[in-house]
Formats: sequence, C-alpha cells, structure tokens
Amino acid sequence: MGRKLLFDKAHIENIRYYDVYRANGGYDSAEKALKSMTPELVLEEVKKSGLRGRGGAGFPTGLKWSFIAKPEGVPRYLVCNADESEPGTFKDRYLMEFLPHLLIEGLLISSYTLGANSCYIYIRGEYAWIPDILEEAIADAKKNGWLGKNIQGSGFDLEIYVQRGAGAYICGEETALIESLEGKRGNPRIKPPFPAVKGLWDCPTVVNNVETLATVVPILRIGGEEYAKYGIGKSTGTKLISACGNINKPGVYEIEMNISVEEFIYSEEYCGGIANGKRLKACIPGGSSVPILPANLLLKTAKGEPRMMTYESLSDGGFATGTMLGSGGFIVLDEDQCIVKNTLTFARFYHHESCGQCSPCREGTGWMERVLKNIEKGKGKMSDIDLLWDIQRKIEGNTICPLGDAAAWPVAAAIRHFRDEFEWHVLNPEESQVRNFGLAHYADPLEIAAPAAV
Amino acid sequence: MFSEEKLNKVKEIIARYPQGKQKSALLPVLHLAQEEFGGWLSAETMDYVASLLQITPIEVYEVATFYSMFNMKPVGKHVFEVCHTGPCMLRGSDNIIDYIKKKLNIGVGETTQDGLFTLKTVECLGACGYAPMMQLGKHFREHLTPEKVDEIINECRAKAN
Amino acid sequence: MAEEKKLFKVKIDGIPVEVEPGTTILNAARQIGGDIVPPAMCYYSKLQGSGGKCRTCLVKVSKGSEADPRPMPKLVASCRTTVMDGMEVANITSPEVLEARKGVVEFLLLNHPLDCPVCDQAGECHLQDLGYEHGADGTRYEFKRREFEKIDIGDKIQLHMTRCILCYRCVFTADQLTETRQHGILGRGEASEISTYIHKSLDNEFIGNVIDVCPVGALTDKTFRFKNRVWFLKPVDAHRDCENPKCCGKTVLWLRGDEVFRVTARKDKYGEVEAFICDTCRFDKKETKDWIVEGPRKVDRHSVISQGQYVGVHKPKDALPEVLDGRQPKLMMNIHNISQVNRPEIDLSRIEGPAHSDDFKN
Repeated sequence: MGRKLLFDKAHIENIRYYDVYRANGGYDSAEKALKSMTPELVLEEVKKSGLRGRGGAGFPTGLKWSFIAKPEGVPRYLVCNADESEPGTFKDRYLMEFLPHLLIEGLLISSYTLGANSCYIYIRGEYAWIPDILEEAIADAKKNGWLGKNIQGSGFDLEIYVQRGAGAYICGEETALIESLEGKRGNPRIKPPFPAVKGLWDCPTVVNNVETLATVVPILRIGGEEYAKYGIGKSTGTKLISACGNINKPGVYEIEMNISVEEFIYSEEYCGGIANGKRLKACIPGGSSVPILPANLLLKTAKGEPRMMTYESLSDGGFATGTMLGSGGFIVLDEDQCIVKNTLTFARFYHHESCGQCSPCREGTGWMERVLKNIEKGKGKMSDIDLLWDIQRKIEGNTICPLGDAAAWPVAAAIRHFRDEFEWHVLNPEESQVRNFGLAHYADPLEIAAPAAV
Repeated sequence: MFSEEKLNKVKEIIARYPQGKQKSALLPVLHLAQEEFGGWLSAETMDYVASLLQITPIEVYEVATFYSMFNMKPVGKHVFEVCHTGPCMLRGSDNIIDYIKKKLNIGVGETTQDGLFTLKTVECLGACGYAPMMQLGKHFREHLTPEKVDEIINECRAKAN
Repeated sequence: MAEEKKLFKVKIDGIPVEVEPGTTILNAARQIGGDIVPPAMCYYSKLQGSGGKCRTCLVKVSKGSEADPRPMPKLVASCRTTVMDGMEVANITSPEVLEARKGVVEFLLLNHPLDCPVCDQAGECHLQDLGYEHGADGTRYEFKRREFEKIDIGDKIQLHMTRCILCYRCVFTADQLTETRQHGILGRGEASEISTYIHKSLDNEFIGNVIDVCPVGALTDKTFRFKNRVWFLKPVDAHRDCENPKCCGKTVLWLRGDEVFRVTARKDKYGEVEAFICDTCRFDKKETKDWIVEGPRKVDRHSVISQGQYVGVHKPKDALPEVLDGRQPKLMMNIHNISQVNRPEIDLSRIEGPAHSDDFKN
C-alpha cells in the first residue's frame, strides 16, 4: 500500500464531522502553527516541503506565498479555488465532501501564514450541495474556537465564507475567479498586476487550489523536510489523482509520486486495469487540456524508461513525446474509443467555456469545433487536418489567459500522435460512421533510437 | 419580492464582504432569486436584484447572461442536465441522452408539453469517475443506465402529483 | 529644483527611444512613430482600462530589461505591457509577430460580414486598414457567419452587432463619460454581444461618443446613415461655444457644399478623439451657421478620405503623346453630343466638392 497523507484517515467513519476529525488528530497542525510557530516559520516549512500547486500549473506554493505584498493597513485575502471544472478532474469535490475539516484546517494555517483575516472558498456552482457541508463544518469549527476572533487565544482572527459560482470553467483561472467573486463576469484580468499585489478588491490576494491548501496540514504535521522525502525529486509528497474513462475502478486515489503510470493503471490498488478486458489505447493524464498520449508513449518515455506519475516524468520529452501531470484528471481510453470524437468533445468544451474577451480564443475555439465536427461526421477534407493544426498554433500563446492554450493543446496532441486516425476518418467517410479505427499501432513498442556514438 | 426570511439571507450574504462591496453578492443573490422566482431570471427579477444590491440593471444582465447556470428563459419543473464531455462520452453518455429523448419525446433544449421536464446537454460537471451522469436540481445523479433514468423520471412524476 | 526623473531606454525594432517609467510599449512606439507602431483595435489611450483584448498589438520582447535580460516567453500585448529600462522589443522585425498578427486578423475577420460597400464606416474603418495591411487574401472559414437578433438602441445610434469585434471601448466610454451605463456585453464567448438586454434607447448627453470610439461599423451615426460616403465629404475643423461645461465644443464638420452631413470629434493620427463632444454638438447642430469654421481638416490617418481632398496627389503625367509617338489623335466622336450625363454646359470645376448626380439635374 502506498503511503497516504491526505486520505490516511479517510476510512474512519464520520471523519467529516468535527468531533471525529478532532479525536483523530485533527486541528493538531493548526494548533502547532498558531501556538508555537510564527507565520515566517510556517512559510519556511511549506517552502521546505517542495509543495507545488495542485490545481494544474504546479507552481511552488511557498514561493507564491512569499510574493504577497504587505502594504500597511491593507487587508490581505486568501481565496480557495474550488472551481474544479477541468474535464477529468473531480478530486477536490471528494476532499470537500468527505474531509471538509481537513480543508478548513488547511485554510486556517494558510491564512495565518499570509496574514489574511478573511478567506473565501469559491466553489463551482454545480457542486450545489457541498456549500451546505462546508458551512456546517465552518460553523462547527467556529463553535470550537478554530475560527472567529482570537483563535485559540493566539490573537489571530479568521472568517471563512463559501461563495458559489454559477457555471463557468473560466472562473478556475485565478483572476477570472476574483472577478467573479467581485460579482462580475468571469473575464480574466490582464496581468500584471498579479493577484499577490492587486487581487480581490484590489488587495493582495493568494489564490490556491483546494488540494494544495489541504496539503499544508500534513506538511505541518510531519514537517516540511519529512514531506519532501515522499515522492521523487521535485515531485514531492502525494498527489490526488481522479481516474476516469475506461478503467475498472474509476475514483479518486492518493498516490505517492513514486509509482509508474503502468502500476497506476493496472494495479488492483488503483485503477484495476482496463474495463471489459480491453486494451489501452490512449490516456490524458492531467485533465482534458494536457496532451493525449498513445499507449506506447504513455507507459514508456521516448528514451525507453518507464513513465512515472511525477511532474517531471510525465512531461519528459516535452510536447513532442510527453504530456503533463496537470490537475491529476486521469482519463483512460480503451481500444474502442475514437480519438477524433474525444478531441471533438474537448474542443466543444473549450468553445463553450471561452469567455469571449480576446479574439483568438473567442473565434478560434468555435472554428476548431466546427472543423472537427466535419471530420468526425465524415465530411472532412485532408486539408482540414492541416487547417486545424494551424488554427491551434495561432491560438496558443496569443491569448489573455491560459484557456487558449488549454483549447489548443488537446487538438495539437491528437493530430501529432493520431494523425493516421484523422486521415482514416477523411478517407473513409462512411466506414468511420459505423466503426472505430481501433487500436492500430498505438500500443506497439517504440523503436528506441540508439544513443549517439561518443 | 423576497420574503422577510430571504431578505435576511441577502443581508447576511452582503455582510460577508467589506463595506461598499455588495456587488460581490450578485451571484449568490441571483441563485436565490432563480430558486425563488420560478427557476429562471426574468428582466423584472434581475431589475429587482439590481435594486437590492444598489447596482445598475445592466450590471446584472451582463453577469446573468455569462454564467450557464442562470436560465434566461423559463424551464421545466425538472431539468435534466446530462453531461456529454469526453469522460462521460467515453462511458456512453450519448446513449443516455438518446434514451431520454425517446422516453420524453423531446429534443435537447426542449421542454415536455406538460412543462414537467427539460432536457439539456451540459459540459463537464466534475463527476467523471461516476459517468454517465446528470445534474437534477441541487444534486448529481451518477452511473446512469436506462433503468436508472426510468426510475428518476418516475420519481419526478410522483413528486409532481 | 525638482529631481529629474530617470528615463527608461528602450529599443523597438532597433530604434532607441527614452520614455518615462510606466509607459507602455505601444506608447513608446508611438513616440517613435512610423511603421513600427503596432496596430491597436481595442486600446484607447483616453479610456481607462481599455486594451489587451484584440491581440493585434502583440509584440516580442526579446530582452526583458537591463537587470533581467531574459526574453519574455510569449508574445505580449504592447498596449498593456509597460517598458523596463533596457528593454528590447521586436515588432515588424519579428516574423513570429507578423505571423501571429496575421492570425489575429484572420480571427477578427472570421465572422465579420464583408458588407463594406453598404457600411457607413467604410473609408475610416480600422478593420479595413488592418485587413489590408496584415490580412490574408481570403478566408479559410467555411461556415456560416454569426448572426444576432437585431436590436434598436434609439434614433441617434445604429448598432450592427455582426460587425462588432468586442473591443469593449463603447462600454468603457459609457462607464467613464456618462452618468449610468445602459448597454454592456451580454452572453459569453462567441455569443457575446453589445446589448441593452431589454430593448431601449441609449439616452445620455455623451453617449454619442461611442460612435467615434468604435473601430468598426458596429456603432454608427444614425442621422448620417446611408447619406454619403465619407470620402466624398470635406472635413473642416469647427467650434462653437457649447453650453455643456463638459463638452469641448471642438469638432469636425463633414460638409458637402454648405450642408453639414455629420459632426464628429477631432481624431488624431491613431484615430483616437482628441476630446470628447456632447450629443447636442454631434446630433443637433447640423447647420454651418451653428459653427465657427476654422479651416480644412487634414485626416492624418492614411485613408481614402485624404485622397478625397486631393491632398498631396500629383497630377499624373499625360502619357498619351508618348504612347502615340508624336501622332495627333483624331476625334472620332464628341461624347458630349450623345451623353445624357456628361453635359458640356456644366463646368465641373465650379461645383463645390466632388460632383453629385443632383448637380446635373436641371
């Protein structure tokens, strides 16, 4: 069994309620921070842990916190990004639904470190029942002296509020989230200024993902140095992976970042293999926006090494032969799945979710969807594939926020690795409507280039 | 107009933000208003929300039309919002949508004649591991099968009677 | 003595310029002037918060600053990126920038109706210029162009949503110049539109300025609609003692003969108004006697309008004798004898401004 830090007590019945959580060591980390550590010391521990943002970008959390501006007399805010909306990702929901106090404890420690006295949890609107769970937990924490004024006699005050979004993927982007929290359209802001300087209501603000903030609790419990011993290299600690698609056991798993992709997919402890005895065709390991990889490149890097569930190993080879860990939304496709159709649903998703503020994304996402739809329906032309490639290239990097990149990458990777399948759709317009391209050569062992003679 | 109880709720929401930042309450208050006034936001409802928050009506229209959960037109009593993004598609959401269409004899975006059901397709709701799924009111209905869809339809009909 | 402010040294396309800290790359480029100034469809120096959206002004920062010379990883919007000391920027010298700009122009034109022949903005349209300079020859878009339900926003301003490029300038204008904003951006993504939601007329003494700030023909002057092409009119600077204290009263009258076809604010060479004017000046003062005419207005932006004024146009060399190699052409037929239109009794040089079919009516 892999070591667990977030879900170590998840099996305990009623752990979502305060009394059980507290009785099992809950709020010990917060107590330690408030009573025996300065904010600077907590920040030091978080830096030492090597914790990286779990929302997708993987930016070092301690470093992000150290950027927060501290002008005299201006409030600072911590905002918890619970707008989990990237297709394939559903890990934060599990944390909030089943371990709400773990999140609240994490928010308390983080707010203390940042010097924030108000904290907002911005949760996606569709998770409509979760605010009740969180608000109940917040009320219980308050009743027990973990929130409110002068928490546990430390002199530190904190209020946590839950705010529901209303259906907009873009609000997962931190500046769009702030706009939405201010009661506006979720249009991302043009950076700089960054939220750490000018965020919520123009005050210094840190926005972190749910899992990132919850992870601060075990970091304080075992210490930053100890936490950094989990995982490999710069991928320290554990990561929540939400696995879905054609696997036997979809669900949310906590993994230590030292196992291979193969183990994650095939072991009984995690996904339990491909469903219905089928073969693995492809996988999108970090949420819909990261590049899709065919089975052969997924399990082994281009160098022939086993691919590991770490930030570095998954991105080994860059976009040419690698992908990204992203948010940990692990989508598995079996041999019966159509890459064109899957790519089309993602293109449709990003088209639907584009805020419309900047022209490449507003115009380009819809265009890609329409061209893909033609190909999928057997009405495509060979030149459409090159056109798609060119459209995504003109979106990527040219937009205000990363949604443009997120829309471009899945299309680019699908064409890069599965061009045969796209061409087959164009050349076989009728057949492609009744059968799938199948596994083809996508799981064949890769030829490893011999190392160049020295 | 909101009841006394709802007005207190609005006050409580506004109190979450610093003085003068009551516009931040817009999304929560629009949710409240949609629940309270028939499941959608009419121009009158939005103007009322604007007056409650002391902002201009256009600020409310701009926001309400941006977010997909706010209905700008009346909808059926029960709205089936079936996800059809990648992970749900991989687990057969297209079949579920087709089944509901046939069963209720409506297309996507349509409402049954009795005003009881509306069928919508939506993009990823964050329940990919429990696919196929749909949102029904406040909750998710997951691991959908034709049999489960039948049960849900019966349950909704029973509630209406 | 006040301490002298340190200026930042910046190079754009290899041309050095010294600017005050806080200046954007675009404005630094404007200080240099000429071809290296990036085009801007959404940025408007007089409107706070504008810019960053259209992406036509993307440039490459090849050197971040003297202190941190690393290049910026992505192209940046020059209108919203401030310069650093020692920064080096590539605009027209960067193939990457020109390629990206071509892409942006294609995106902007993707759903834009090619109705220039019936659009009142034609001749002074920034999208026309942009398409001409940076666009591709044709579109690769094979789908139906987007349409919107038409809405009426009153008897002074005409809204053509299909032409809108969502620059947000009119929204900033209403926010910053009028008491209450009545229109805004509704919907999301591709379906975003300028609208009032519930149909109503825009009514405010400064709202007419949205016409001047609109880079395309989405918001045009309804009182001028289909009345004339701008390049057939003669722009003159004029002013009046406007009773509205917030109005500068300095305008451009667009004349044909003595007739005032429309009134606009005065625009600089980047197409930005110099000072905003009130709706009374714009819509209600349509007679020359309302105004003190200062003299002809030279339209600085390269435009067909300037050509209409025959400014700087040289009489072409008469090539006929050369072609005929000294032979004298013989008149076979005098066209004036048979033409209904060309009337020898009418002296074209006596007509004020360009000729009009009405001039030939007896």
